Amino acid sequence: MEKQMFTDRFASVFGTESFFKKQKRIALKNCGLIDPENINDYIYADGYKALGTVLTKMTPKDVVETVKASGLRGRGGAGFPTGRKWELTAQQESDEKFVVCNADEGDPGAFMDRSVVEGDPHTVIEGMAIGGYAIGSSKGVVYIRAEYPLAIKRLIKAIDDARKENFLGKNILGSNFSFDIEIRYGAGAFVCGEETALIRSIEGLRGMPKSRPPFPAAKGLFGKPTLVNNVETWANISSIIVNGVDWFSSIGIDKSKGTKVFALAGKIVNTGLAEVPMGMTLREIIYDVGGGIPNGKKFKAVQTGGPSGGCLTDKMLDTKIDYESLMQAGSIMGSGGMIVIDEDSCMVNIAKFFLQFTQDESCGKCIPCREGTKRMLEILTRITDGEGKPGDIEKLEELGNVIKKASLCGLGQSAPNPVLSTIKNFREEYEEHVYQKKCRAVVCEKLITYTINDKCIGCSACRRACPVVAIKGAPKEAHSIQQELCIKCGKCFRSCKFHAIDKTSEAKEQK
Amino acid sequence: MHTTLHHNQQEINNQLKIFIDEIKKRERSDSHLITILHKAQELNGYLSKEIMDLVAEEMQIPTSVIWGVATFYHYFKLSPIGKYNISVCMGTACYVKGASEVLETIKETLEIEIGETTEDMMFSLQEARCIGACGLAPVAMINDKIYGELNPKKIVDIINKLKEEALEEEKIVQ
Repeated sequence: MEKQMFTDRFASVFGTESFFKKQKRIALKNCGLIDPENINDYIYADGYKALGTVLTKMTPKDVVETVKASGLRGRGGAGFPTGRKWELTAQQESDEKFVVCNADEGDPGAFMDRSVVEGDPHTVIEGMAIGGYAIGSSKGVVYIRAEYPLAIKRLIKAIDDARKENFLGKNILGSNFSFDIEIRYGAGAFVCGEETALIRSIEGLRGMPKSRPPFPAAKGLFGKPTLVNNVETWANISSIIVNGVDWFSSIGIDKSKGTKVFALAGKIVNTGLAEVPMGMTLREIIYDVGGGIPNGKKFKAVQTGGPSGGCLTDKMLDTKIDYESLMQAGSIMGSGGMIVIDEDSCMVNIAKFFLQFTQDESCGKCIPCREGTKRMLEILTRITDGEGKPGDIEKLEELGNVIKKASLCGLGQSAPNPVLSTIKNFREEYEEHVYQKKCRAVVCEKLITYTINDKCIGCSACRRACPVVAIKGAPKEAHSIQQELCIKCGKCFRSCKFHAIDKTSEAKEQK
Repeated sequence: MHTTLHHNQQEINNQLKIFIDEIKKRERSDSHLITILHKAQELNGYLSKEIMDLVAEEMQIPTSVIWGVATFYHYFKLSPIGKYNISVCMGTACYVKGASEVLETIKETLEIEIGETTEDMMFSLQEARCIGACGLAPVAMINDKIYGELNPKKIVDIINKLKEEALEEEKIVQ
């Protein structure tokens, strides 16, 4: 009865459009439906029922076994079996253990963790308390980005409210189990999403990763056994306990159970978060859920996994969304960023964009990542500037493979992925840049030729904007650009209000 | 003018000291260094050398360690910022939807580069990592407010409006 009311409310809030029809919401089940600042709303939606069940009817071992049997895997990116992680931490003997929630959502283009914490903070708290009970820990830490002020505000309130209702604190709900959570802030370092770096950051240090083993399960925060899971992983826990293992493992496919939240963005009609069962194809999520590409443009690629992932082409649209299939196709699940790219984007430029990001975010500890990404970026910059040399593409491949093999942490091991996957799938675009000095998407500035067409009314805006006086023409007469003087800065293009300047990029004769 | 500034600095330092004293009562207080630097930046606007020295003194942590932490994280600013701090999101979604054009326009309009502040201390310009508003791409954050679905014209309008607002405020003060 209550369930039905909820479904009805869901439909009344969200409508029944295809964007929602194909979704299956577990992690986001309450987002947008309940008042995140009212604990009673959460309780009414079966909240803290799982914690009550666990404390009264299950031993810690039962809880670990349940999570293991559910087949849940880490939603932060790598897909490590969650139950296994819990088991490893539970087995450790120690006077103190920690439970950590990784809310340092650093992938550009992904915002599901922010939405869960903002829309349903109690589900994260409940998940963590259950985790604490299962592994024998009484201290939880949420490591959250300082860039998410609303999420922080709601999380603080939720923790306070949970304490008042004794869902956190001493002897929770009359049991012997005590657990409390504190919040620590990130400060804008992508590498802190890596668990050993995150732990160092909580300790108040520079967030640089350590080599593993020892894994955090054995030696983590302050040298104590630590269980680190991502926000979305924690948000799955209470539903698994309440609805049971069979229910959860009936969703999804073979090795990837449950759902995954994707952040649809880029050149797609319906941008936003979509939680879909594992095993749905990329085509379904982009065209049925996402509504396809706007403005009649042609689909070119979809980028998954953020700066650690890869670009997949239209030939791979029938790839199923699960950890293994995406990996096989040359990308990764990652934290769930899904950026759709249309024909207006240059793949070499996209690869350069991601590499700039990882290069900038490389912590500098290990040489392959620190130096290797820098050299790769130099080559890519050269290519997009029209100064690419024969052999550059091969050098990128060679360097990329070395960085992947030799880097210390996940950041370096995956940094070359965007470059390697675009070379694999869009090699002809690289070759055009290098050998013909042409950018087919007309994006790479140095490869663009600016010309003035017959829409020019002679307003002289472009002539005044040009920093090198390359534009000639009397007022009220058509202007022209002297190509030998043009430095391709694009200022004329941005200054023209009459669409009178064309950007083109044609194959150039080799000297 | 100088005395009020001095007075403000004193006030900021005092508030920071009180905050640090509270932190020191906690277990493993050294691990709260990043929290303290956040507070220092919130109070002072940026992390000056003097502020970091103060934190070092109060926490009994070497300044070199504090400097190391402050420079590791993008969020911490080491130079003063303007009245309006513009962060243009350069996340992937914003990037493919034309964030670099927006950024170029701001650079041209304000005649500053990334990381710089206009001479009148009115505007600072930063590149932001994803601010998680990808559905509104391209976006920029000016102080705490998010402006979405930007284009070159829209951002110029916003900048002009902020300039007018600042002028109005000045008039009221005078």
